[in-house]
Amino acid sequence: MPRANFLGRPKMPGRSVADRTKDFDEVPLGLSPEQAIEEAQRCLQCRKPKCVKGCPVEIDIPAFIGLLAEGKLDQAIAKIKEKNSLPAICGRVCPQETQCEQECILGKKGEPVAIGYLERFLADYEREQGVKPPPSVSSQGKKVAVIGSGPAGLTCAGDLAKMGYAVTIFEALHAPGGVLVYGIPEFRLPKSIVLQEVDYVKSLGVELELSVVVGKTITLDDLRDEGFAAFFVGTGAGLPSFLNLPGENLNGIYSANEFLTRSNLMRAYRFPEYDTPIKIGRRVAVIGGGNVAMDSARTAIRLGAEEVCLVYRRTKKEMPARVEEVERAEEEGVNCIILTNPVRYQGDENGWITGIECIQMELGEPDESGRRRPIPIPGSEFVIPIDTVVVAIGQGPNPVFLDSVPGLKLNRWGYIESDPETGATSIPGVFAGGDIVTGAATVISAMGAGKKSARAIARYLQNSE
Amino acid sequence: MVTILQKKVLTPQTKLMVVAAPRVAKKAQPGQFVVLRIDQKGERIPLTIADFDREQGTVTIVFQEVGKSTFMLGELKEGDQIFDFVGPLGKPIEEKNFGQVVCVGGGVGIAPIYPKAQALKEQGNRVISIIGARSANLLFWEEEMKTVSDELWVATDDGSYGERGFVTQILERILEKNSIDLVVAVGPVVMMKMVSLLTKKYQTPTLVSLNPIMVDGTGMCGCCRVTVGGECKFTCVDGPVFDGHQVDFDELQARQRIYLEEEKRALEEWELKKAEEESHYATR
Ligand SMILES: Cc1cc2nc3c(=O)[nH]c(=O)nc-3n(C[C@H](O)[C@H](O)[C@H](O)COP(=O)(O)OP(=O)(O)OC[C@H]3O[C@@H](n4cnc5c(N)ncnc54)[C@H](O)[C@@H]3O)c2cc1C
Ligand code: FES
Repeated sequence: MPRANFLGRPKMPGRSVADRTKDFDEVPLGLSPEQAIEEAQRCLQCRKPKCVKGCPVEIDIPAFIGLLAEGKLDQAIAKIKEKNSLPAICGRVCPQETQCEQECILGKKGEPVAIGYLERFLADYEREQGVKPPPSVSSQGKKVAVIGSGPAGLTCAGDLAKMGYAVTIFEALHAPGGVLVYGIPEFRLPKSIVLQEVDYVKSLGVELELSVVVGKTITLDDLRDEGFAAFFVGTGAGLPSFLNLPGENLNGIYSANEFLTRSNLMRAYRFPEYDTPIKIGRRVAVIGGGNVAMDSARTAIRLGAEEVCLVYRRTKKEMPARVEEVERAEEEGVNCIILTNPVRYQGDENGWITGIECIQMELGEPDESGRRRPIPIPGSEFVIPIDTVVVAIGQGPNPVFLDSVPGLKLNRWGYIESDPETGATSIPGVFAGGDIVTGAATVISAMGAGKKSARAIARYLQNSE
Repeated sequence: MVTILQKKVLTPQTKLMVVAAPRVAKKAQPGQFVVLRIDQKGERIPLTIADFDREQGTVTIVFQEVGKSTFMLGELKEGDQIFDFVGPLGKPIEEKNFGQVVCVGGGVGIAPIYPKAQALKEQGNRVISIIGARSANLLFWEEEMKTVSDELWVATDDGSYGERGFVTQILERILEKNSIDLVVAVGPVVMMKMVSLLTKKYQTPTLVSLNPIMVDGTGMCGCCRVTVGGECKFTCVDGPVFDGHQVDFDELQARQRIYLEEEKRALEEWELKKAEEESHYATR
């Protein structure tokens, strides 16, 4: 066992707080080749690797790390790509600490192998070399329509194309990528990387039709008439939730989706060079404690807010955001106001937000989610003066597509009911996966669902011959 | 990308474009809208579908030049392309025979009222239309409106054409003398508010088509939220047509002003840049 095993993982080189909060460029800079190879050598190469079980797409983690440790970078990335066609994205945004790395044996005594950093390193290495176009495959002569170009749709499309199916992705927005382009900020996931991954999927022969809202511009039946024999629905959980409190339509109150879409997809941080504006006040409050809230708060800092606070009704321990993201946000100056819940918004005579009336909370017994239920403390109301509010309390299923497909069975939360192994829905030939099935989840679980459905769609098409 | 097949100047501030968008045309229904983007750096702007031709695969849009984006759109010529063009979005207006209906179009709202009047006429309604503008030179489509109306009334604020005053005074006269089953109004927020206040007095059902600021136009951002009957609605998916008696017009008006400063700045910088470019060419 090499001695290096007992050392900790390398520290990810990153930009200083003072430097990074001035712009939207990426914060972590990636490992050097020496760091990456040294870290790869820490892997114990377990015979029964647990890390693989922690990976929703079952990348052969020890195999790629072994190749990397030997300096065989091309083979290492090829190994990842057998299972994961979007490694540059996953290496950046996956919550490895609760997936593969959580299972790593080294983590029991010391620090687990930095699997995520290594994945990112190899993907970036490959991009710098120029991604090799995959070998072309013989055509199966069947058309598949994929609805939505988020990670679920892109993965499903890519896998089907590799099997020789003619795939067209229909995307409602003017850019492909789903949450990867409209939600996750540039400083965590550069859009050029998403674009390259999309280009790779296109190089597999996948057609991409943008600005097509399925259910409005075209229906499932129209697509059937156009010769599509099977469908994958990956429309995500794009409907923003609000608190439904008095005053929520005051000027200066954004949903996280609107705030992030303006900034990311529409590049409002470069207004007026880009035409879409965004309004950022001196004091900004972000309501919520998840990753979306952290992204919003860190975006607000970069847009020039003087004070940014997070308003969260439980404590930091219960925050659903990744610990790393909470830490980054706090380093950048975000102030967490915990055990606090908004009750109403206050505005001025012109309809602009001036403050949030909040109530203090205490934690009671655990609820269904296992987290302790927050209970308001009577008489503890107070006002936080605020110029801009971002409501980041979650998303639901967007009804536009769902309403257009009578007979598509939904679950009691309004998401599509589908077989967890195949993605098959109540309509033959229609498969679904990603956030539109699970509710807001992760990039990698959406990709995993896209993969499973690709296999199931291929089986379905073979059987229906 | 869609191509502009035809362009017409309707008034000094209002332009019409017919674009080739077969998929949108095939599905378009009166009351729906599109969202377009002029170029890579453009914002997404919603515009009501003023007309469509399924066979030709064309969609007609009419817009008033009010900010940088609409001025830029107005500079495009026949044969030019619009970068992104998505639709039809929103819910169409209910097409049925209500009986006797009044269609009110104010300013650039004349364009979106036209397909609604046409659809209602085709359903066998008796259609009385009222169109109005600040001044005669801002009026358009009087002839078009005539062809889809049994009666047409015209008002201008300054009296330079038709009756002097607001569309509401004509509407009030009509409501006084006739039994009206439905009023449909499209135009500036104040106009739709005044119409709704008036028709409430007569208890005449009233539909208005709202035009809040939008981003995606597909229910993803909530930017277009309005209060209707005390409930929060997303105009782009739940509307744009709502019961005028239930809409909180004051809130809508406040929300339309969110980016006034930014819009002004964008327009000024664009005009400055254009002036510089022109003087550059002039001196060459
Ligand atoms: C701000 C933010 C930060 C996040 N950070 C992380 C993170 O760090 N790590 C992580 O793992 N996960 C993160 N997530 C969650 C993750 O992004 C999602 O779980 C994942 O993107 C879901 O993928 P999807 O393919 O199911 O849907 P989406 O990515 O939502 O894509 C759906 C696509 O379908 C399109 N669409 C919808 N309706 C239609 C229609 N009718 N016709 C055509 N197209 C349609 C949409 O426009 C969209 O492009 C984050 C989410 C947000 C919002
Ligand atoms: S414009 Fe985004 S939800 Fe209506």
